Amino acid sequence: MRSLTLESVTSLPANLSWLRTWMRPKVYVGGFIVLTLIVVGISGPMMAPYNPNHQRLERMLQAPQGIGGEHVLGTDNLGRDILSRVIYGARVSLLVAFAVVFISGFVGVGLGAISGYFGGKADFTIQKLVEVVWAFPPLLLGITIMAFLGQGLFNLILALVAQRWIPYCRVVRGQALSLKTRDFVVAAQCLGAGRSRIIIRHLLPNLIQTSMVIGTFAMASAIISEASLSFLGVGVPPEIPTWGTMLADARIYISTAWWLALFPGLCIFLTVLGINLLGDALRDLLDPRLKRTASGL
Amino acid sequence: MKDYLIRRLIGTLPVLLLISLLVFLLIQAAPGDPTLMLLGEDATAADIAEAQRRWGLDQPIHVQYLKFLISAVKGDFGRSFKYSQPVSEVIVQRLPATIELAFFSVIVAMIFAIPLGVWAAARPNSWVDNLGTTFGLFGISMPSFWLAIMLILFLAGILNILPTSGRSTYGIAGEEITGFYIVDSLIQKNWAAVYDGITHILMPAVALGVNMLGILMRVTRSAVLEVMQEEFVVTARAKGLAERRVLWRHVVRNALIPVITVVGLELGTVLSGSIIVETVFAWPGGGSLLIIGLNARDFPLVTGLVMTYTVAFVGINLIIDALYAIVDPRIRY
Repeated sequence: MRSLTLESVTSLPANLSWLRTWMRPKVYVGGFIVLTLIVVGISGPMMAPYNPNHQRLERMLQAPQGIGGEHVLGTDNLGRDILSRVIYGARVSLLVAFAVVFISGFVGVGLGAISGYFGGKADFTIQKLVEVVWAFPPLLLGITIMAFLGQGLFNLILALVAQRWIPYCRVVRGQALSLKTRDFVVAAQCLGAGRSRIIIRHLLPNLIQTSMVIGTFAMASAIISEASLSFLGVGVPPEIPTWGTMLADARIYISTAWWLALFPGLCIFLTVLGINLLGDALRDLLDPRLKRTASGL
Repeated sequence: MKDYLIRRLIGTLPVLLLISLLVFLLIQAAPGDPTLMLLGEDATAADIAEAQRRWGLDQPIHVQYLKFLISAVKGDFGRSFKYSQPVSEVIVQRLPATIELAFFSVIVAMIFAIPLGVWAAARPNSWVDNLGTTFGLFGISMPSFWLAIMLILFLAGILNILPTSGRSTYGIAGEEITGFYIVDSLIQKNWAAVYDGITHILMPAVALGVNMLGILMRVTRSAVLEVMQEEFVVTARAKGLAERRVLWRHVVRNALIPVITVVGLELGTVLSGSIIVETVFAWPGGGSLLIIGLNARDFPLVTGLVMTYTVAFVGINLIIDALYAIVDPRIRY
């Protein structure tokens, strides 16, 4: 089985290695990309020169005209402005990715903490669920869910969360298992703290760092998966512009209009690259022992 | 050893059972009536009832699940709506293409990733290392379907040196023996067909292998760096062996174990990645068949494919675990 290796509990680096980490170009490049994306995503409607769905057939398939031109990145087969569609696509990608990461994190950390702390039947049930869901090849479960439940934002988020909570759950379970024997937890128990209080006040704060690292990589993979599903025609409904659907539309025009495929794909690539760069830096900073979260999902 | 393997095998049975239940429930949750889709909007009530009776759709849900389960164990998923042929036959015809593609993509990934990783690790923090690491990160971040489209654009569209789709040029392939075109052509010494097959598989294999390439490159690099710290490396150097020989004969050999493990772990990703890459290249494998099935709402076909892929994935993981236990006797359940 694919697994995450984590020997023990996270600890903050004792030396000043965080300083070196923050000085790396990785952080600058990754941070620049992600910040740009967030700004573009939030201020999309103000920045986009046109309505992304406005069709003007008399202007279809115009080549990119560069900065200052009427259509900076050209127009598509229905005369829609590519730049505007790319900007609106960023909104959808970001929205879906954030939703997926937070829901997955919530579910995964919660179930992982319960599984590790309570053990017994709860642990058995949760681990069986993990085993079954993890037994599906990645993406295939997403495609299956979308295929049978139908297109839509809610179903899309469900399909992307379906497997993405598992890395959190596994790592957090391991950490909770080791944390619950530590002195401060035993002390809290002796003081009469309830189990839910121990989980929320004493375990969870210690699980946040590694969860953040997992979350960064989960976000990168969520963006690729969302684009993949939309590309295959089982993602967001076709009337919402996303990078994946733009690429799907571009396939037929590949020999005549290269700009249709170049820009949305480049956006996916750069976004994922930026998030991965930040994730790498974050992992180096918070926990060098947490490996292999970048792959898999 | 034997006990461990048997226990692992038995342990997968409930997992497979639950998978089948999950897939079955998803099918039930699907909106839209497949009978209506097949018979058309103007089907009479009698037609619909007849079709439902024929496909067993009029029975209670638990009976349907049991029937589904029993047939699934026998590898029988019913008849495909679209191909009017048993689903298992349709899938079996398509699988060799997917296996061939997956195999080539792993080869492509390893050919590039291992030397790059070793090269980068041999000179840590040099420009070579930085370049290699950046390349690896690019590989991990690359959406395979976009790379596929870009490859088609440049290599097929602009340079016109590779074919854009399919497994072979029509009429060039000889008799089908194993279903693996390149192997078949090799057996028949049909060199033109071998060349043709390779030109067709090259772009899909690169697109499908790119993520694995990035991951393998990183794993190779860190594995080599780790092995370099070992004492036997110091010994080898002290013996006066050339650095090149120390690196390739002593270090790389030992570093390959984690690399091979990751190849195994990533096979599942390759399997699901093939769905999208096959679709872009119109590669006639199981992945593109799944999308064809989805668009036709051919539920028996989709169910059969999902079950086949999942069982294959579980099987691959089991084999890797077993191999791992054989290689490293310390590993126990």
